[in-house]
Amino acid sequence: MSEEEGTKEYAYFLGCITPNRYPGIEAATKRILKEFGIETKEMMGASCCPAPGVFGSFDMHTWLPVAARNLAIAEEMDLEIVVTCNGCYGSLQEADHLLRENPKLKEKTNEILGKFGREFKGTTKVNHSIVVLHDFIGLDRLKEKITKPMNDVNVAVHYGCHFLKPREVRGHGSSETPYILEDLVKVTGAKDVDYKDKLMCCGAGGGNRTADSVQSLEWMRQKLVSAIEVGCDCMVHPCAFCHLQLDRGQEEMNKAFGTDFNFPILFATQFLGLAMGLSEKECGLDIQTTTMPEKLLK
Amino acid sequence: MGTLYEDIVECGGEIFGEEHLATLRECVQCGKCTGGCPSGRNTAFRTRKLMQMALVDMREEIFNAPELWFCSTCYTCYERCPKGVKVTDIIRTIRNLAAKEGHMSVPHRMIGVYVMKTGHAVPLGPAQMELRKAVGLDEMAPTAQKYKDQLEQVQTIFRTTGYDAMIDFDWDTMNLKGMDKGGKK
Repeated sequence: MSEEEGTKEYAYFLGCITPNRYPGIEAATKRILKEFGIETKEMMGASCCPAPGVFGSFDMHTWLPVAARNLAIAEEMDLEIVVTCNGCYGSLQEADHLLRENPKLKEKTNEILGKFGREFKGTTKVNHSIVVLHDFIGLDRLKEKITKPMNDVNVAVHYGCHFLKPREVRGHGSSETPYILEDLVKVTGAKDVDYKDKLMCCGAGGGNRTADSVQSLEWMRQKLVSAIEVGCDCMVHPCAFCHLQLDRGQEEMNKAFGTDFNFPILFATQFLGLAMGLSEKECGLDIQTTTMPEKLLK
Repeated sequence: MGTLYEDIVECGGEIFGEEHLATLRECVQCGKCTGGCPSGRNTAFRTRKLMQMALVDMREEIFNAPELWFCSTCYTCYERCPKGVKVTDIIRTIRNLAAKEGHMSVPHRMIGVYVMKTGHAVPLGPAQMELRKAVGLDEMAPTAQKYKDQLEQVQTIFRTTGYDAMIDFDWDTMNLKGMDKGGKK
């Protein structure tokens, strides 16, 4: 079917955190895309992406073939990939880019994949779900489906790192003045509020959370404080891994620092889901650590 | 083994191309990397200092510093460097070299254990199956954790590249060697 009619299929690369910790992100994303005629197909046998800052830091020569195997699964399905985590986006898009650029590297990688009959060809494309929403579906069509406008809600946008950077691979323009998430927040009627540490990392990536969780939580504490100080009601982001740090991390942070944070954290499709009339339960926002205020649910 | 600079260019070069890593030589020690670093705000990690230490071949000092692992790979320095030094990829490469020489913590090794056991760095457990059902999804997504033959493909990659040996993985216990006897390090 033609893309003009708005019907398209994507291979949904789930990764680890989305299906195994925050299935609400998976459920909300599938429902919203379906609302616009987009089908998400399961990638049978897909594994960890594997995490770019973690396996990329430990052994790139293992990181690359594992990512290539995941790309090959989507190629066999003859579909482009859609992701809901910046880590998955980072790894899969970077691996795809490196393997297309370097025939020798591709040959070496395919020797490993060949052991179990798979091959990276370079025929898929890795898309982030928020880009599908922003560029493929588009703001006008999104706006038509907003049934519960977020008019009085102040939102702190958090990008995470690997959605925007490195720019030469991601291709979303400036990493200092981004606009995609802001547009998606504003289309619901909510206010996008600038805050001091808006572009700062959540603190979890690169094995930093594993290396020393308390100092990694301190970065996040500073980030949350700077959003709360300017009157934000919640944080909206595009990354399942950031979600783990920002949501569950608040409980860990409260224990470590004796604080009492409960700042609502929503993945972009969960926020849009509420604005499009999905319930808190349908978006899985009742089964996470931070709780949603009435303002977001009315 | 050459100088640390040579090893960085060779190890990372196979993946990113040698020119990418050789940008280390362009560093003029201006400190813009440290200035924008969220880790440097909170820890003793100093990106500028790390670049200099790499250039003057302070291999052991770098490999033994816990701060080497306090970079979250946020790429702020990479994007802002006025000389185009590919800082984050240089740091990732230095970490690869450190890991190869055994400088890898048990919690970091355990991430590899989870992937070799389940296909996922963050695997699914019984409690999460209930969460999946609560939002109307199948209790288990059709990933490598669900299918043994698919998981074996992932394991084949880890065996082929020698990642299992690098972290001292024991295929009999599916854990790090010695972990059943009270752990190591």
